[in-house]
Amino acid sequence: MAVHLGAWIPLVLIIYGLLTNQLTVNPIQAATLRTGKTALVLLVLSLACTPLNTVFGFRPALKVRRALGLYAFLYAAIHFGIFIGLDYGFDPQRVLEAVFEKRFALVGFAAGLLLLPLAITSTRGWMRRLGRRWTRLHRLVYLAAVLAVVHYTWLVKSDIRVPLLYGALVLGLLALRLPPVRRAMAGLGGRWKHRPAG
Amino acid sequence: MVKVDPSEITPEHEYLSRRAFMRAAGAVGSAGLLAACGVQPGEESAPSEEAASSAASGATDELGDPLTPYEAVTGYNNYYEFTTDKEEVAELAKDFPTSPWTVEVGGLVESPRTYGIEDLLSKFDQQERIYRLRCVEGWSMVIPWVGLPLAALIEQAGPTGEAQYVRFEAILDPEQMPGQKSPWYEWPYLEGLRLDEAMNDLAILATGVYGKPLPAQNGAPLRLVVPWKYGFKSIKGIVKIDLVAEQPTSLWMAAAPNEYGFYANVNPNVDHPRWSQASERRIGELQRRDTLMFNGYEEEVGALYAGMDLSANY
Repeated sequence: MAVHLGAWIPLVLIIYGLLTNQLTVNPIQAATLRTGKTALVLLVLSLACTPLNTVFGFRPALKVRRALGLYAFLYAAIHFGIFIGLDYGFDPQRVLEAVFEKRFALVGFAAGLLLLPLAITSTRGWMRRLGRRWTRLHRLVYLAAVLAVVHYTWLVKSDIRVPLLYGALVLGLLALRLPPVRRAMAGLGGRWKHRPAG
Repeated sequence: MVKVDPSEITPEHEYLSRRAFMRAAGAVGSAGLLAACGVQPGEESAPSEEAASSAASGATDELGDPLTPYEAVTGYNNYYEFTTDKEEVAELAKDFPTSPWTVEVGGLVESPRTYGIEDLLSKFDQQERIYRLRCVEGWSMVIPWVGLPLAALIEQAGPTGEAQYVRFEAILDPEQMPGQKSPWYEWPYLEGLRLDEAMNDLAILATGVYGKPLPAQNGAPLRLVVPWKYGFKSIKGIVKIDLVAEQPTSLWMAAAPNEYGFYANVNPNVDHPRWSQASERRIGELQRRDTLMFNGYEEEVGALYAGMDLSANY
């Protein structure tokens, strides 16, 4: 429930800002930036769920993983929609030029595109149908997250400290999935758990 | 064409109401501000008073596009000395002291001199110029500046034969400008022009906007305006202008040499390495518009770059 509320609030605030003319004097750019940022945050949160369970033994995280991933996709889709629809007015020549001639937009587009099959196959039915292949398919999210960070890094003018912070978070969350790292971390956690009280 | 003679387009009652405004401003103790605008209380033919009118009477640039509203011009600013958040600059800059202020003009000149800002306002003709401003980020505005031609100041200093470039230095004051505490950039902000670029009639040192004293967030009390170049070339808060022999390295050239060159001319055909420069959003408009060569000032400045490879000299 908290996840659903938290995920909708940014969108409500953006729409409210647009309607009340409070989203800077360059509202389309502001809306693009804010939907993009929200998508990235949700994607990072969705990547945190698995290690929270495997490394730290926090099982409830698994329950919100799918929702977080789907909301990340929702914001990415709105982000892309604002970009081609509001920003570029569906002008095919400008959109193609912006997306395919410049690496910054291209990697963002690729990240969003990778999320699409994951969103479609996020249902129980698809999980059953795909079986083991479902897990393999959904590892695409690792690549999507890396591309999203690259997209963000290439967007800023010069000071890339905040994008690099997101990059470190993503790499850290991916590292926690590597079996040796996971075992080492779990070992630590295990010792913590079994430390005698008093 | 670019210059507007405001007396042609200003109904008299607007002059009068403006005069009342100026008096009111003086009455609340902004005499210093008025001085910064080149207006002495009670003075009859103050240039910036005339300038205020073109804004009030729905003026446009020479291409017929309307002025960007004052609130947007003064509320959406790239001024990294304060912050990278464009909407926060005005608030952070509101107490920034712009008087007293001196500007040192020196280097390879016959007569180096330090001007008080009031000298620049009283001894040089203040003109209104309605210019487009195109940010390298892809947005643009139309702004009625008030200022003095840069050429007039350089002529008064008298460049020697060796002078090839003009180097501009902005104020370094981390106590007043929190953004300067960021180690990411090499402060102070530096910019440069080739001498012939600096002598071009379009280049001005702005002291006001919309007929009012320049707000701190727009670079008060003195900023460069070179409208055929991306906005970051128009350095704010200038304290030093030197004529030099070698091409100066600007802050942005030092920060990202492969992305920001010395020239930084607005050019729809030469993209930023990471994003397209072919189109832009005029603040206040929904549709993007095509970016114009030299921001629409090709006729005035094109000759400066004849025969140059503009994609190599970005």
